[in-house]
Amino acid sequence: MSHCLICYERIVPQVTWTNLLLPVKEAIICSECKEKLPILAAPLCEGCGREMTEEGFCADCLKWQQDPQWKRVPITNHSVYPFQPFMREVITTWKYRGDYQLIECFQEELLHAFETFFYKKEESLTLVPIPLSNDRLIERAFNQAEALALLINKNIQVEVVHALTRKSEEASKQSKMTRKKRLARDNPFTIKKQQSKPVILIDDIYTTGMTIRHATKILLESGCPKVTSFTLAR
Amino acid sequence: MSKKSSVPPEKILPLNHSSLREDPIVQYLSGKLLLKEELPQNLKEPYLSQLQTLDAIDQPKSRPTCNRCGNNKKHLLGIIPCNRCHQTHVYCRNCLQTGRVLACEKLYFWAGVQPKWTHQSEPCTWKGNLTKAQQKAADRISEVMDSKDKKLLCWAVCGAGKTEMLFAGITLAISKNKRVCLATPRADVVRELFPRFRQAFKNTEIEALYGATKEKTGISQLTIATTHQLIRYSNAFDVIIIDEIDAFPFHNDENLHYLANRALKKEGSQIFLTATPRKREQMLIQTGKLEAVFVPVRFHGHPLPIPKEKYIFRLSYTLQKSTLPSVFKNWYKNRRNQTRQILLFLPTISLTTKLLPKIQAMYPNKKIESVHAEDAERKEKIDAYRNHEIDIILTTTILERGVTFPSVDVVVMDAGHAVFDEAALVQIAGRAGRSPDDPTGEVLFLHQGRTEALVSAIKQIKTMNKKGRNL
Ligand SMILES: [Zn+2]
Ligand SMILES: [Zn+2]
Ligand SMILES: [Zn+2]
Ligand SMILES: [Zn+2]
Repeated sequence: MSHCLICYERIVPQVTWTNLLLPVKEAIICSECKEKLPILAAPLCEGCGREMTEEGFCADCLKWQQDPQWKRVPITNHSVYPFQPFMREVITTWKYRGDYQLIECFQEELLHAFETFFYKKEESLTLVPIPLSNDRLIERAFNQAEALALLINKNIQVEVVHALTRKSEEASKQSKMTRKKRLARDNPFTIKKQQSKPVILIDDIYTTGMTIRHATKILLESGCPKVTSFTLAR
Repeated sequence: MSKKSSVPPEKILPLNHSSLREDPIVQYLSGKLLLKEELPQNLKEPYLSQLQTLDAIDQPKSRPTCNRCGNNKKHLLGIIPCNRCHQTHVYCRNCLQTGRVLACEKLYFWAGVQPKWTHQSEPCTWKGNLTKAQQKAADRISEVMDSKDKKLLCWAVCGAGKTEMLFAGITLAISKNKRVCLATPRADVVRELFPRFRQAFKNTEIEALYGATKEKTGISQLTIATTHQLIRYSNAFDVIIIDEIDAFPFHNDENLHYLANRALKKEGSQIFLTATPRKREQMLIQTGKLEAVFVPVRFHGHPLPIPKEKYIFRLSYTLQKSTLPSVFKNWYKNRRNQTRQILLFLPTISLTTKLLPKIQAMYPNKKIESVHAEDAERKEKIDAYRNHEIDIILTTTILERGVTFPSVDVVVMDAGHAVFDEAALVQIAGRAGRSPDDPTGEVLFLHQGRTEALVSAIKQIKTMNKKGRNL
């Protein structure tokens, strides 16, 4: 008998006529939790990957495209799950409380979505996880974006490259008011390894899109021909 | 920092800093079992060398055990490729809520001098009087608190006034420089008790610990905490009082028992409080394996209201059809004191929501609400009921204990349902007649067949009343 990775409740294997004679595949999460984690359904925004009522770009993306500072940094983001309250809870436990193992409950949908969006379209894929600052990394003991990239790497033929580093967050921590402004101006990333082939940025959540844009911008400026992104939640 | 692999020692290390005893940092560290990030920042000598460590997670060949919470269940131990130590190892998923414990971490405990608290010969500032029954229990509790390695169960009926019975023992303990902890299963109770204790022990360092606490100083001679908070303590208290030992989650969580035992000093004593002991405790008392003191009467001296029970044919079916049995309607119309509010207990959340509109339509002049555990407005609704803004409240077992309303009648619908065990029914009945101004509320158990729980509950109440008469 296994336990649900999210709610710890016992999972009773469902025996039906179709799986009666097959070895039972152990479920990682219970059916109630699974139901509370729906995946994004088309149509999706062509820019940020959020759910839409019709095809095209969402209002946010259109705004970004008119921003003089950002209009030359086009982004194409794909995500797996909508960032709804239950997903927020699970990600909080995973990332901030540090329950590393929760990543397993995303595996199936993550790999499936990755294959649909990327696998068949391009030949060689390079994944670049969004880095954490060193202090953060020590505090959390793992980088959630790197964990996602490695999970894909373990199952699908892709390369994971740590092309970026993140500056210390000490300065921006001190004042919350100016943080938003500073975020827009200062790029938190520096290039660690130049990329000459297209890359896919990997992160856990796409919220405002600022992080992905900064990373895309610096990669393009340093000679990377194309940057797309893939996040767990949107 | 010296290394050690087993449990914190009783032994006090020799030291030449006698002034350390009244040092707040010593008062903070003593009796705790902390993660590095929970230690005071920039801790220096002479403190550092008197801290000892143990591995946060014990890893014998077979099964790792979290040394902070005692968990060794496989599904509650995770594996992490760790960027601190660059190895892949275990971490504890059981105590994540109070901060993650990694196998590459240490837990820190104070091995230096025991702290000294401000000496008080008369720490108790409460000036009330106890009833004869309360006094008798208070004397026994004091005796046990003052001895070593003793256990006492105090079986006091709902409304006996148990808090005041603890004051004498705590007074004695505090005047002897002892540390006392009152552990209770729920945060609401901590919030309710904290101001009362602060009032009764005005000059004592008291601290309230629960999930979202704001009163946390880390320094207290008298600690009022939810049982889960004991996770940060080891070898700390001379006396632990465990409130409501029969209540969830304490009664069925071995982990919490482990935490309570660890928080107690080696020769410390324990007081268990309950109004409704489980079968296990009742057996231990009967066979003389657990000492007990009874408080069979309420502080106002009136007997407990005895529940009336009534069989109703196909009651649960009737309720599912969103109808109220006519027995209820007749009782409601003819009850002795029409001014009392009603607590209407139902077995499930879905029934409370289903029946609410029906009952509201039936009594349009009455203000009727429902409340359950997952209700976002739970606190507001209970406050409104307390302020008499609600006449009838439909509820599940969440209002079975810990809440006191001065003047209510109590009805349990489908009292034979499995959620209403013996303890729950006795507690529910105990909501009635709490105030000296209205000590005789009515209690009605409606069922479609007597259960053992129902019979035992009524028997238990009658037995207590009999004991009360023979005092
Ligand atoms: Zn679950
Ligand atoms: Zn968009
Ligand atoms: Zn633990
Ligand atoms: Zn480690």
